[in-house]
Amino acid sequence: MTTVATRPHAHVSQAAPRRRVLTPRRIGKWALSLLAVVVAVCWAFPVYWMVLSAFTPNALLRSTTPRFLPTRGTLSNFHYLLQSGSGFWPALRMSLSVTLLTVVLVLVFAFLGALAISRWRFKGRKSFILAVLFIQMLPAEGLFIAQYKMLSSVGLLNNVIGVSVIYTAAVVPFTIWMLRGFVAGIPAELEEAAMVDGLSRTQAFMRITLPLLAPGLVASGVYAFLQAWNEFTVALVALPSQTSQTLPLWLRTFMSASASRGIDWAQVMAASTLIAIPVIVFFLFVQGRMTSGLVSGAVKG
Amino acid sequence: MATITAHGTQEVRQRRKPAAPYLLLIPAVAVLLLGLGYPVYWQIVTSFQEFGLAQQFGSAPPTFAGLDNYARIFSDSTAFAVVVRSIIFCLVNAGLTVILGLAFALLMRAVHGWAKVVLQIALLLAWATPVIAAVTVFRWLFNDQYGVINWLLVKMGLTGFRGHVWTATPLSFFLVATIIIVWMSVPFVALSLFAGLTQVNDELLEAARIDGANKTQILWRIIMPLVRPVLAIVLLLQIIWDLRVFAQIKLLQDAGAPIAETNLLGNFIYDLGMNRNNFGGAAAVAIFVLLLTVVLSAPYVRSLLKEDES
Repeated sequence: MTTVATRPHAHVSQAAPRRRVLTPRRIGKWALSLLAVVVAVCWAFPVYWMVLSAFTPNALLRSTTPRFLPTRGTLSNFHYLLQSGSGFWPALRMSLSVTLLTVVLVLVFAFLGALAISRWRFKGRKSFILAVLFIQMLPAEGLFIAQYKMLSSVGLLNNVIGVSVIYTAAVVPFTIWMLRGFVAGIPAELEEAAMVDGLSRTQAFMRITLPLLAPGLVASGVYAFLQAWNEFTVALVALPSQTSQTLPLWLRTFMSASASRGIDWAQVMAASTLIAIPVIVFFLFVQGRMTSGLVSGAVKG
Repeated sequence: MATITAHGTQEVRQRRKPAAPYLLLIPAVAVLLLGLGYPVYWQIVTSFQEFGLAQQFGSAPPTFAGLDNYARIFSDSTAFAVVVRSIIFCLVNAGLTVILGLAFALLMRAVHGWAKVVLQIALLLAWATPVIAAVTVFRWLFNDQYGVINWLLVKMGLTGFRGHVWTATPLSFFLVATIIIVWMSVPFVALSLFAGLTQVNDELLEAARIDGANKTQILWRIIMPLVRPVLAIVLLLQIIWDLRVFAQIKLLQDAGAPIAETNLLGNFIYDLGMNRNNFGGAAAVAIFVLLLTVVLSAPYVRSLLKEDES
């Protein structure tokens, strides 16, 4: 990756081999690199500011001049949130339950679906793929009122199962599409060869296919995790009770609860940091796969 | 396509186990029907019904109202304003995002390796930040009393921004919303376009340079036509995604904004359904949003299908 950007200018260094002559092109490249760093600082600043504020006492945040470098760091904001009264733990439990159930359902359903469309050519396959691709584009905003009515009519509001089923339905189409590529990459002959060598179909699947699919399953699982963990729109209508809030809803309530006496931004930033950190960590695992999955058709076409 | 590629082992398999793929699809289809299929069905039915407070509490059954909901909603000036506002907001945001994304992708191509890595890490950080955390931190940055933005503007001599409340008027509310959405969306566009740019053949550029093409000509005559397919897809995805900015707007409205004047389509649906119990009207607007999405998605879906066929 790093070599690509430098290659177009490679002939410059050939023309001026040893001595570092400041040609206009070289100056231009340094200027652009500087610009890239400035842009990077601007783009990373909100995240930096969130984390820095989270470790700063609130009194210090309320000074007339902001401090841009860490001084007098404190853990007290996090201490406060992790106490039982803040509501963080119930929200974390809710978020974890919904996310884990969604991830498990998505992985099983999407894997079976991906197996069907990549290993078999059957009647209705193309219609199914077409439907899946359109469904993954549908916005939650166009459905959430109906989903709210559906859940309330069967008494599944404020329920982990209700909201997880909706999340699974929202995430399964893209994951089927993503896993399809992985399954197609493993030739069925490999499994058949193992069966010729004396393994049963299940054994062949467990020992040959599944390990080869692991990267795809991990990427799909992380994708489902991110979607369920960050989801706000459906959660807002499906989990109206304060005792069943997921973390994004909790952060919203937490902020508006302190609004009357002036928002405690240090605590709010600590809460944001707690929600964002697992996401940022997981995201770095899945990022490459997501970009290529979304635009690979266009790149190849 | 299925008939052409399906021969050899596939055909044998098909004859041996014709039911297998259908069985494997049952769970996925079932959850889709339950989680999305039924709501869409309910929504279509309700959009043709009078479904308000009385029906909500069961004191009157929903009555068939034909196209009344659609007619009422779209002849209403509030709804019309919401649609126009949403479309303008969507196009401005998608346009800005793609222009900045393209600029960043070209920048990444032109700079030293270390500078590119620094920029990529910064973009990944922004991309990875959850919506709720992003809106919250921007509310903090734009805070009237202690926010960094107001401090910076005052420092630059614009003393009028001392204690300025950004969310109070619709125009500056949408300015902040645009900054948040562009900040969140540019990384995907920039990294996708950069991936597309790496596919541009260097020998081709070298040849053009030898033939005497200058930088501007190389950019517009060679690089741009080559990345146009990716550019078209990311622009389309941004337009589709920027039509659905419910969460960002809702969370920003919490900071104290004129709700009616800052609602976009998703917020308008929420307002109609959850606050005013006008489920017929909410369903009609939601159907409009779904249809719009399907129409806009068609070219993107076609490009993905091409990948399946290859």
